[in-house]
Amino acid sequence: MLQIDAKGMYYRELNQKVRSAIANGEKEITLKNVNGQYYIGDGLRGNAAITVEGVPGNDLAAFMDGPTLTIKSNAQDNIANTMNAGKIVIHGNAGDVLGYGMRGGTLHILGDVGYRVGIHMKGLKRQSPTIIVGGTAGDFFGEYMAGGILILLGLNEKDPRPIVGDYLGTGMHGGAIYIRGEVDKNLCGAEVGILEPDEDDLKTLRQYLGDYCKDFKLDIEDIMKKGFKKLLPISLRPYGNLYAY
Amino acid sequence: MNNYFEKNIFVNHEGPIAKGKKAADKGLGYEKSISGCGLTGLISKNRTRLSGKAIVESLCLMNDRGNGLGAGYAAYGIYPGFKDFYAFHIMYDAPSVRWTAEEFLKANYHIEKIEEIPTFPVKAIAISPLLVRYFIKPLKEKLAGDVNESDFVVNSVMKINSEIDGAYVFSSGKNMGAFKGVGNPCDIAEFFRIEDYEGYIWTAHTRFPTNTPGWWGGAHPFTLLDWSIVHNGEISSYGINKRYLEMFGYKLTLLTDTEAAAYMLDLLIRRHGLDIATACTVLAAPFWKNIDNMDEQKKEALTALRLAYGSALLNGPFSLLFGHSNGLVGINDRIKLRPLVAATKNDLVYMASEESAIRAICPSPDKVWTPRAGEPVIVELNK
Repeated sequence: MLQIDAKGMYYRELNQKVRSAIANGEKEITLKNVNGQYYIGDGLRGNAAITVEGVPGNDLAAFMDGPTLTIKSNAQDNIANTMNAGKIVIHGNAGDVLGYGMRGGTLHILGDVGYRVGIHMKGLKRQSPTIIVGGTAGDFFGEYMAGGILILLGLNEKDPRPIVGDYLGTGMHGGAIYIRGEVDKNLCGAEVGILEPDEDDLKTLRQYLGDYCKDFKLDIEDIMKKGFKKLLPISLRPYGNLYAY
Repeated sequence: MNNYFEKNIFVNHEGPIAKGKKAADKGLGYEKSISGCGLTGLISKNRTRLSGKAIVESLCLMNDRGNGLGAGYAAYGIYPGFKDFYAFHIMYDAPSVRWTAEEFLKANYHIEKIEEIPTFPVKAIAISPLLVRYFIKPLKEKLAGDVNESDFVVNSVMKINSEIDGAYVFSSGKNMGAFKGVGNPCDIAEFFRIEDYEGYIWTAHTRFPTNTPGWWGGAHPFTLLDWSIVHNGEISSYGINKRYLEMFGYKLTLLTDTEAAAYMLDLLIRRHGLDIATACTVLAAPFWKNIDNMDEQKKEALTALRLAYGSALLNGPFSLLFGHSNGLVGINDRIKLRPLVAATKNDLVYMASEESAIRAICPSPDKVWTPRAGEPVIVELNK
């Protein structure tokens, strides 16, 4: 196991160290005293496990293709941009524009997330990304979503804010969004249908949430006690008349 | 457009540095900017004066958000010995301009003190305008009748900026000051020795100008009287805001959208008497569809506000911080197109573009949160 003290280190040097360690066959790396360094985990392949202590900077795990990143605190904006494979586990909150164009792999967040999470995610059959959020999300959750799975849990019952913001699934044309509790139709894009999950859905949820609960030592039965709604794109051309008059 | 950039503004190793106005007069002014800037601010609610060292450290962590074409700092509580005087910071293209501006000041103000703003040689800042500060008070006879003192000062700032070619007032408040220029955050901090100042409110900014000039006057903060503003984003409504402000006598001469936001605060809060929360509702007004869902009373109030102040709405992506003599406010646009994080530790409140910029100077805050879109964080000094 390799430890790197990132205190005061410029992102370029830090990421070079991580890359060369992985090139030398290192499988377990801990980055200590990280604060704000950009691009951690970007474009990395293989199956190394990287633990980040401190708040990593923007553009974490962009184009990542295999490794597992564990973030022990909050994380910032633009995580998992076009990520292809691997896993990111965030033990705090995360910012805006998570999983932009994400095409595979898993993003687990224990806390809240910001705006535009899961924007333009895409997936097909075996190659399908998943984002699970334990807290609340801002506006544009799943905007332009084309594939994959988004699960939003709202586990902090003391949080007075609504579980999700406005423009939910706007422009969505593929994939599925599961939201724990009720969903206000007024918040959804015109193409979004709100459905009751069927047995297959519940099986899918249990499968994904089982993994999520293991990461954060949560009880899946507690989570499943409350019902879910499933959001799917149901209209093919909801804006067909937008420019027609 | 490109020629203008090359000849007058971007190239700062030769020729005029603080120049810009002449070109604007010829209709070459720029009405728009898009930028990926970084901002940070802090306030001690108990008015503990803090060295500028912390804010410099916080801003320098976000060095890569800017591109070296503008950085600056504003601080409140830095001139306790002159707290009853307006502290004018003026940049001059050439020493000769100074005498023209000083003639104007002498004719209208009692001048307590004149000094060059202390600067220190920094290799990366090869050339700079002449930077002078004045501690001044309007002459009594100038305030005869119903002349409002603040209006008088604002008019002076507008007059110098628009009529004295090559002179720009970049700070005009009491017991506060802005320090800014073309350079990286660390270089500008070293140039002005920011850590030698002590203030209870600080804001700071690193700039990434893309379609307005990266010149000394275009660096943030933008200030007027006690208002100071740092901004990340693009005010797409600049043209509408500018024309609206001009109706009230403001003159926009600094070629950057953020200038409009600074004057808008002065108009809304000082002149029209809106409270800060209401002014924030004007700048980042709720969407009509949300207003339609409000209860009758709120709907009526917000409809009136949007109708009265349609031209004061800041459209486009922004996160911004503004300081004033009683506090610090952070706000972002209605659909959260720019980042803003807030944190508290004891009597200190921090706000920045990135959480790491706060943790750089406050490793374990009591509370960290990201304000939702259009939801202002309003912090006031304790009485």
